[in-house]
Amino acid sequence: MSPAGDNPLPRAGSALPRAGRALPWALVTPALGWTLLFFVLPFLAMGFSSLTAHEGGGFTLGNYSQFFANPSYWQAMVNSLQVTAIVTVVSVLLAYPFAWILAEQVPERWQRLALMLAVLPFWTSYVVRSYSWLLVLAQNGVINRALTGSGLINEPLQLANTRLATVTGFVHFFVMLLTLTIFANLKQLSPSYRKAAADLGAGPVRTFLHVILPLTLPGIMVGAFLTFVLCIGDYITPQILGGNNELLMPQLVMMQIGRRGDFPLASALSIILMAVVTVAYLACARWLKIERA
Amino acid sequence: MRQSVRIVSWLYALAVYGFIFLPVVVLVLFSLQSTSFPIPPFTGPSLRWYEAVLSDARLTSALVNSLLVASISSLAAVTLGFLCAWGFARFVLPGSGLLRGLITLPLTVSYLIIGMGLLVLFNWAGVPKSLLAAGIGHVVINLPLCFAIIYSQMGDHQINIERAARDLGAPEWKVLLLITVPVMAPAIFAGFFLSMTFSWDEFVISFLLTRFDTTLPVEIWNLLRSGLNPKTNAVGSLVFAVSIVLVVLFELTLLRRRKT
Repeated sequence: MSPAGDNPLPRAGSALPRAGRALPWALVTPALGWTLLFFVLPFLAMGFSSLTAHEGGGFTLGNYSQFFANPSYWQAMVNSLQVTAIVTVVSVLLAYPFAWILAEQVPERWQRLALMLAVLPFWTSYVVRSYSWLLVLAQNGVINRALTGSGLINEPLQLANTRLATVTGFVHFFVMLLTLTIFANLKQLSPSYRKAAADLGAGPVRTFLHVILPLTLPGIMVGAFLTFVLCIGDYITPQILGGNNELLMPQLVMMQIGRRGDFPLASALSIILMAVVTVAYLACARWLKIERA
Repeated sequence: MRQSVRIVSWLYALAVYGFIFLPVVVLVLFSLQSTSFPIPPFTGPSLRWYEAVLSDARLTSALVNSLLVASISSLAAVTLGFLCAWGFARFVLPGSGLLRGLITLPLTVSYLIIGMGLLVLFNWAGVPKSLLAAGIGHVVINLPLCFAIIYSQMGDHQINIERAARDLGAPEWKVLLLITVPVMAPAIFAGFFLSMTFSWDEFVISFLLTRFDTTLPVEIWNLLRSGLNPKTNAVGSLVFAVSIVLVVLFELTLLRRRKT
């Protein structure tokens, strides 16, 4: 990350005798100020709001205790964690072989095109992509028509407004994202690793299991963590595809704002959700460090 | 063995491509439906739903709003991000690591929470819901991105060019505008382009922070209330077409840059 990481030359600061101290601060202050005013302050406001009562104000821990006391709120968190875990695992398992095929089996000069094609639907609007899956999965949608038309089933299946639909929509998005990151990872591996493994007598399977896979594991972890964070905080996909049969945390948060205007409870639920993501991050970061040592 | 790996690979790749393209193909195909439900059997082709979209004042004004918010907020994000990256890369500042961490912190927080925070704050401060409020939120999410991209590209080899300009008597603002900006143009462009696409596609912050005048994703969301509707397909296909044109343009400019 640091652009001056291993440069033996002195830092540029020493080469700026005329600059004084005011210029550097003038450069970084607008961005810092923006972040403080529109990111840190709102976060503090949210924290403060989560400690006030919806009716009449006043300090209370009720919004937090409500989450632990109310089983339906608690259930939303369990649903969110389950869906996110399923999505992350399925997406990695689907994307890895795909990225491997793109990086290893597709001729070099077609790779860029193949990759661009693979992420093309990535560029549709996120809302529209979830809606597209609704078209596919609806009661009279493409899949049900194909299944009933071919006589495999008599009654259309309930595919939309289920957890399966939410997971499908998410996996569709994250397969594209993970294919990009894993592909980049595979391409960065020096071919000499593979040659060395072959020279030492390892077959393609052993080379993959003992050389390629371990070397790409940190990249997979980063991709999986990104998937986790983006998935658990997303409102659009579960709302459009999952419907209201089974609520996930972001839906629960939005429901407090939309239907009841209960900002304090929405704030408390958001903060709980953020705490879970932070715990996941800490767990992940520790795991990655052990991996490197 | 090798042959069978190849065949399995091709089948697998084909299946994944099928999965990736299935919803998009269905979306575009049924946008050409001539009857009023975007479900089989296909009754088109017809352009009536595209006409319906283009004559819908709410959708077209939302499109203009989206373009305005995306371009202005991206410009603000890339400017703030660039100045900040330059400051941190070229000068030694106390607590630099910590401050850089603060700038990139919003990247780790979901849009929903950023939007919620701004909603609570603006609600208290009496700031009304508006496109401006949504734009402020978009700068919050894109500033760290622009900063990270530009900062990571500020290598030391560029310092020497700046140094030479200073030695030749250029004041700081001239160094910045005539040396640093042109040298960093690819990173600045990448930051701006990414910000544009994220802002263009962003839903939840705009949903929370706008009311009557709103952006295209929110307006599309409002269309969804009417259930499956070929008009939604048409609007989605149009957005898709615009995005593809932008991506291809981006690729072409990038490739041309690389060749020269």
